[in-house]
Amino acid sequence: MPMPDNLEAQGLTEEEYGRIVRILERDPTPTELGMFSGMWSEHCSYKSSRVHLEKLPTQGDRVLQGPGENAGAIDIGDGLAVVFKMESHNHPSFIEPYQGAATGVGGILRDIFTMGARPIAVMDSLRFGRPEAPRMSHLVGGVVAGIGGYGNCIGIPTVGGEVAFHSCYDGNILVNAFALGVVSKDRIFRARASGVDNPVIYVGSSTGRDGIHGATMASAAFGSGGEERRPTVQVGDPFTEKLLLEACLELMRTDYVVAIQDMGAAGLTSSSAEMAARGGVGLEIDIGKVPRREEGMTPYEVMLSESQERMLLVVREGCEEPVFEIFHKWDLQVELLGRVTGDGFLTVLDGEQTVARIPARALTDEAPRYQRPTAAPDADHPGARAVSLSDISEPADLGRVLERLVTSPNLCSRRWVVEQYDYSVRTNTVLPPGGDAALLRLKGTHRGLAMSVDCNARWCFLDPKLGAAHAVAEAARNLSCVGAEPVGLTDCLNFGNPEHPKTMWQFEKAIEGMAEACRALNIPVVSGNVSFYNETAGQDIHPTPMVAMVGVMENVERHAVSHFTSDGDIVLLVGETREELGGSEYLATEHQREQGSPPGLDLERERTVQEIVREGVRRGQVRSAHDLSDGGLGVALAECCITGPSLHGADLDLQDDLRADVALFSESASRVLISGSAEAIGHLESDCASRGIPCRRLGKIGGGRLRIRHAGSLRIDLDVAKLRNAWSGAFAALVGETVGAGEGT
Amino acid sequence: MKAEVFVTLKSGVLDPQGKVIARSLRALGFEEVRDVHQGKYMVIDLEGVAPEEARKRLDEMCQKLLANTVIENYRVRVEGAEEGNS
Amino acid sequence: MKFAVVVFPGSNCDHDVYYVLKKVLNQGTIFVWHQSTDLCGADAVILPGGFSYGDYLRSGAVARFSPIMKAVEAFARKGGLVLGICNGLQILLESGLLPGAMLRNRSLKFVCREVGLRVENAETPFTRCLRVGDRLRIPVAHADGNYTADEETLRRLEGEGQIVLRYCDEEGRTVPESNPNGSARNIAGICNAQRNVLGMMPHPERCSEVVLGNDSGRAIFSSMIESLAQAAH
Repeated sequence: MPMPDNLEAQGLTEEEYGRIVRILERDPTPTELGMFSGMWSEHCSYKSSRVHLEKLPTQGDRVLQGPGENAGAIDIGDGLAVVFKMESHNHPSFIEPYQGAATGVGGILRDIFTMGARPIAVMDSLRFGRPEAPRMSHLVGGVVAGIGGYGNCIGIPTVGGEVAFHSCYDGNILVNAFALGVVSKDRIFRARASGVDNPVIYVGSSTGRDGIHGATMASAAFGSGGEERRPTVQVGDPFTEKLLLEACLELMRTDYVVAIQDMGAAGLTSSSAEMAARGGVGLEIDIGKVPRREEGMTPYEVMLSESQERMLLVVREGCEEPVFEIFHKWDLQVELLGRVTGDGFLTVLDGEQTVARIPARALTDEAPRYQRPTAAPDADHPGARAVSLSDISEPADLGRVLERLVTSPNLCSRRWVVEQYDYSVRTNTVLPPGGDAALLRLKGTHRGLAMSVDCNARWCFLDPKLGAAHAVAEAARNLSCVGAEPVGLTDCLNFGNPEHPKTMWQFEKAIEGMAEACRALNIPVVSGNVSFYNETAGQDIHPTPMVAMVGVMENVERHAVSHFTSDGDIVLLVGETREELGGSEYLATEHQREQGSPPGLDLERERTVQEIVREGVRRGQVRSAHDLSDGGLGVALAECCITGPSLHGADLDLQDDLRADVALFSESASRVLISGSAEAIGHLESDCASRGIPCRRLGKIGGGRLRIRHAGSLRIDLDVAKLRNAWSGAFAALVGETVGAGEGT
Repeated sequence: MKAEVFVTLKSGVLDPQGKVIARSLRALGFEEVRDVHQGKYMVIDLEGVAPEEARKRLDEMCQKLLANTVIENYRVRVEGAEEGNS
Repeated sequence: MKFAVVVFPGSNCDHDVYYVLKKVLNQGTIFVWHQSTDLCGADAVILPGGFSYGDYLRSGAVARFSPIMKAVEAFARKGGLVLGICNGLQILLESGLLPGAMLRNRSLKFVCREVGLRVENAETPFTRCLRVGDRLRIPVAHADGNYTADEETLRRLEGEGQIVLRYCDEEGRTVPESNPNGSARNIAGICNAQRNVLGMMPHPERCSEVVLGNDSGRAIFSSMIESLAQAAH
């Protein structure tokens, strides 16, 4: 068998090539080889992750669509469903941050409206290297502007997300985009072709050479010359996508559509192969009819182009004319490419000539699957080095420490970022970004929809199983804090090179941890995405399994905010603070140590704490509820004082049986800070007592200073107005900007 | 026939993008940069029209759509015709 | 009353303003497609926010040539009420129904935030439910809101009471610190000399319901409804 000499460039192994020849019973044509290369890439085939992903719970009473479609769907009552998914666009964003991030948003939105759902919210989870690392402020600025540029133009609000910095992302940033849409639950569309002779239709932008082998690129590590891969980056056109969105939703109100899929990674190849394979049919398409932006494109290029804003549809035979009419109304190009066939083959013609003929399932279900070797970390891994309190000196000025934490890159205000996103378009946004979870009202109902995205990658690095379980628990806790019940999640699993056994071990453990937490909290995984090869020059990123979770509440007006609202209210800490400094922000920022085990997680207790908080919010007894996470109680208290529309001071006492810095900065899990009237807090205390959850009154809200006492002495005494100014201006300084007139408070 | 259209902000109209570009250039060590004015450059492919006529038509295009004459100036260059300004 | 909300390709606040007029304020409201040439007997016209034609070339530059704009111009010349919000204001400027032009925000960045607005003229059909000096909080969300005009035009706007809304701080002072985009004289909204065409950058439709935490934008729509009701008698 003559082996092509460009196999490595195609990202295929010799063994995989042999498999292709066995499937086809002949050598592949160049076009076919490219199609296999795209579809069998890690990005499209999940070949290293599939065996592990099967361990995640995907079933539940509310699940209408689990993994395997363009997005997952959950029943939220009133005959409505939410459709949501998260996806990575890490590699393109590192090369060209604006377009990489913009097209990431565009791609995830298409996954949502392909299902017939109108997108109503976007969130983004971003990981950058140290702000002072080369190109980093350029990357931050470009990514944020790109997300805004796309989402703002198409008119879908970016309602939440998170941004964190760590040196492990210096050479490989993470850009994960989440989108959610709403649809009548009996009007969900799927990408399952059927009906021999039904027409196959192409709609949207013309096809150019952009993005060719983007799927393969996302499946390869950056060498040191990674920045030279520029030609493969796609350019987004949010205006065309807006037209495509409106046209598709208009079309979906008719009964013409049989199947529809967006042309994402591996372009026309993946959309045609996946629609055919899911429906157990074949497709015959003539790529001579594909609208082109450039002359002289080869069949290979047309089949693998990742030009944006394109869709492939199967419609009912005889409906071509009214379908074309709708797309023409919206000024979109539309072409009839071919027909559904009964032979199970994806047949690609270029005019008269056949350029590819492959069993559709060979490209999808029959892609290779690998059980890659795993290896546990070495004995001296930082996660195995326990933190001994005797090695950590207690700082004298804890007020100064708290100030430094609150203004540190990972904890300072994200206003610089969120103000570049339109978060209020579509008029559903009940809580602006910045709280524990985003909260939207659902027009036509009383319901509220909450969403949050979380992952503490430092914890996942120290203990991937525990860290990933925490990501699930924290996302759920954030939803519970606004008063919503978690109903489902999507994930974006960002890891290093799967050919490194240590990375595969992290992946395997993270899945185990997520699965365990999902089962205990009864939250199904309905969609997701894996991004491997996040490494530069052999250096893998910290495992970063991002979790985006969606919750529902019956009455959106009964919600809690995350900041203090009323002087005189009592502050209650629900949950228990233990000596758990391992992997904490305090240890990293103040003591330059990243070591130890992350805090323990008792999932039974976690569930009970969340139930108590949700019930309190539902009864209207909780005026504010704030999850304790990075920076522990100290940072949470400061945030409660300074992040609301009005400033509040507070007078508080810490428990004496822990060292003051531990009581303030330990990141013990399953804790929530609540404020409410004395009477309401009394109710919550008895709830906690009857359900075996420790809780503790810390003090009262009021005044202009945050005062915290420990063992009889005043350890923190800060002016909250000054603290807010320092907190709110810190991000602009990180990216090298000074705050000018009119951009201040 | 190819025509080129340059659209720039009128002098006296604040050009925040130009200011940022100038500042960045100076920060990169190009201290000789005094000021930058940025604008738009368009290449328009025409057919079936003589150069002089094309110039007139392009002038109309600029007045009507390509430039906002409240804040912008334009300049047109047509192969084989005299250069024109707003 | 019948409100017409014009839909351009790329409009994205059309549903928002429709929802407020129809569902919150119970007014007859229709969408009018940009290719249409008549306003179907509407009593008032809204040009909604968004990115008509992607804001390519300049914000509002292409939309002003949509067929419906001829009808809107004729309607405005006859004294009909026209409200342009955000991209709607940009279209009104490009079409010459209001004077001046928009530049990129001084920060060069898109800005989405709730801002303070001071009512400068309460004798317009859009502000009659308000008083001069009232302070509203309304969100802005735009990249091109840096209003500019030559000195003479600005003086005329000022002299004729055509500056209807200005950005202000919490005390109602129209200081530079309260200006989110660098607009001349802190201008957030202007009307024509006849007072029947108002363009404003902030989005009153995003703050017209208590459930969204702020209903101070409602006064703009209530004023329009009151004006129309009075004209009908």
